[in-house]
Amino acid sequence: MANKQHNHNDSNKELQPLLVLGPPFMFPTFEAQNLHNYRFLNAFSSQIPLHQFLAEQSVDPSSIQAILCSPRQKISADAIRLLPSLSLIVTTSNGTRHIDLAECSYRGIQVASIPGDRLAVDVADMTVGLLIDVMWNISAADRHLRKRGPSKPCNLSSGSKLEGKRVGIVGLGKIGREVAKRLEAFGCRIMYNSRNQKPFVSYPFYSNVVELAGNSDVLVLSCSLNEQTRHIVKREVMLALGKEGVIVNIGRGDLIDEKELVRCLMEGEIKGAGLDVFENEPNVPKELFPLDNVVLSPHAASLTSHRIYDVCERVAECLEAFFSSKLPEYPGLG
Amino acid sequence: MRSIGVLLVAQVIPYLEQELDKRYKLFRAYDQPQTAQVLSQHASSIRAVVGNSNAGADAELIEALPKLEIVSSFSVGVDRIDLDRCKEKGIRVTNTPDVLTDEVADLAIGLMLALLRRICECDRYVRSGKWKKGDYKLTTKFSGKTVGIIGLGRIGQAIAKRAEGFNCPICYYSRTQKRDSNYKYYPSVVELASNCDILVVACPLTEETHHIINREVINALGPKGYLINIGRGKHVDEAELVPALLEGRLGGAGLDVFENEPTVPEELFGLENVVLLPHVGSGTIETRTAMADLVLGNLDAHFLGNPLLTPLV
Repeated sequence: MANKQHNHNDSNKELQPLLVLGPPFMFPTFEAQNLHNYRFLNAFSSQIPLHQFLAEQSVDPSSIQAILCSPRQKISADAIRLLPSLSLIVTTSNGTRHIDLAECSYRGIQVASIPGDRLAVDVADMTVGLLIDVMWNISAADRHLRKRGPSKPCNLSSGSKLEGKRVGIVGLGKIGREVAKRLEAFGCRIMYNSRNQKPFVSYPFYSNVVELAGNSDVLVLSCSLNEQTRHIVKREVMLALGKEGVIVNIGRGDLIDEKELVRCLMEGEIKGAGLDVFENEPNVPKELFPLDNVVLSPHAASLTSHRIYDVCERVAECLEAFFSSKLPEYPGLG
Repeated sequence: MRSIGVLLVAQVIPYLEQELDKRYKLFRAYDQPQTAQVLSQHASSIRAVVGNSNAGADAELIEALPKLEIVSSFSVGVDRIDLDRCKEKGIRVTNTPDVLTDEVADLAIGLMLALLRRICECDRYVRSGKWKKGDYKLTTKFSGKTVGIIGLGRIGQAIAKRAEGFNCPICYYSRTQKRDSNYKYYPSVVELASNCDILVVACPLTEETHHIINREVINALGPKGYLINIGRGKHVDEAELVPALLEGRLGGAGLDVFENEPTVPEELFGLENVVLLPHVGSGTIETRTAMADLVLGNLDAHFLGNPLLTPLV
C-alpha cells in the first residue's frame, strides 16, 4: 500500500494540485480533458472533514493554490483558513453565495465566476418549454399516462394556446429578450418591467410589477436577485395576475415569496407555475408534489451538454492564466 | 328545420349536441347496435351526419342513408369519411380547419422542448426527491436544431414560424414543392429525415400518408434524431417505432397520437427519451366551441341554400 502511494506521488509530483469541491456539473469532462495538467483532489465525494481528506491523500495543505467548485458545496472561512497558499477560487456558476467572500477578501483570494452571458439561449428555451408544459399539462399528462395505464382517461384541464396571451417579463436582460423573441413567434403580446425603461425597446413598459401582473396572463421572472428584487413577486402580485395567470420562474428562487406561491397554487389564486428555481435548493416544498398545475425543474435551465464544452474551456483558460503567472512552488513530497 | 334528420355518430361536446338537438331532429348512433337500430327506423329521414376524428361516414353508412346530403365533421382530419364516395354521390363534406392551428403548433414545439430538454423527466426527478442527492444530467440544446416538417399546410407553417423564433433552420416535404416558400424542400421523406434533427408529422392522414414514418425513415432519422407526431397515430408504423426506440436506433419521440388509441405501447413507459400524451391536441374549450360553431354554421348554410363555410367536398 505504502509503495503504491509513493509511486502515485512520484508520478504526480509535477502536477499542480487542484482542490475540487461541489462538484461542478461539467467536472467529469473537465477532469478527462486535464488529467495531464492537474492533480485533482476530489474532496466533493469525501464524507470526512477537509483536513483529514488532505492528510489521507498525503497532500500538504499549503501546496494548494486553487480551488475549482460549484454551488453544490459551501466553502467556509474554516476551509479557506486551512489552505494558507490559496489564491484563486473558480466557481462554474454565476453566483458566489456559496463562498465566504469576506474571508476571501481578507486574504486577498481571487474569486472567479462564469458570467451568464452565453447561457441566455438555453435558459430562454427552457422558459418557453416550461410555459407550454404548464399550459398543456404535458408533464402531468405524461406522468398520469405512464402510471395509470393507457385506457384510463386523465381529467386534467384542457390546454390553452399562447396566441394572444399577454406575457409580462420581469427583467428584460439577455434572457428576457430571448424569451420575448421566441414568444412573439407564438403570437404573444410582450410587456415588461425592469429597473429602468429600455430605450429602443417597443414593448410596453410597466414601472411597477403589480401593474404588470394585472395586465398579464403570464409572468416570466428573468431578472437577477438583489435587495430590490428579493420577493418581488409577493401575494399582491399573484392576486393581480389572477386565477387564469401562470408564473414561470427561471431567475432565482428568492424572487418569489415561496410560502405565498405555494398557498396561491393550492388555493387556485393563480392557474399554474413552471419553476426551475427555489428558495432553498435542492429542497422543494412538498405541498407542490401532488399538484398537476405545477412543473418542477432542478435548476436545469442552462444545463445542456453544449454548455459543458463552453464552461470547460473557460475554466481551463482561467486556471492556465493564473498558474502561468506564478512561479511553480512544489513543497517537498518525498 | 326541426324535421331534418341529423345522425350524430360520435360523442361531442355538450354544447354541440344540445344545439343540434334544438335545431334538428337528432338521432344518436355511437356504436354498431345503436346505429343498426336507428337506421332500421329512420334511415330515410336522415339528411346529415355529424362525426369527429374517430367516427365519420364510411361507404356502408353512406349507402344506408339514401337521403344523405352533407357530412359535417367535428374535426380537422376526415380520414373516417369516404370522400370519394361522397364526391360520387354529390354529398357535401365539411370539417373544422384553422380553429386549432395555433394550439397544435404550440403543442408540437412544446413536445420538442419537453423531449430535448427532458422537462417531464426533470419534473419526475424533483418529485421523486432525487435532486437532493445530485443534479439532473445535461440535456440537449434545442435552439438551432434543424426542424423537418412533413406537410406544409396551415399547421406545418405555424410550426415553422414558431421554430424560427428559436433560430431553427426549416426544411420540409410535401406532395408538391411550395413555390412561395423559402424553406428547403426535399422530394422524399427519407431525404428529409436524413437532413434534419427533429422530424414532425403535420400532414393529413390519407392512403398515401398511412405509415409515412416507416423503418427506412426512422433509420434515416437515427440515434440523434427525434420524431414528433401531432398528426394521426396511423402516420407512424408503431411496430417499427417501438423497437427503434428501445434499441436506441431513434433518439427519441414526442407522441400525442397512437395507432390504437387509447392504447399506448407499454414498452415505452420506462423510457426517458419519449413524451407520451393522450391526444390532447385539440383539447381546449375555446377551440371546441369554435369547432362546434363551424359544424352548426355549415349545416345551417347548407339547409338554407347558402355557400358552405368550410367545405372539403
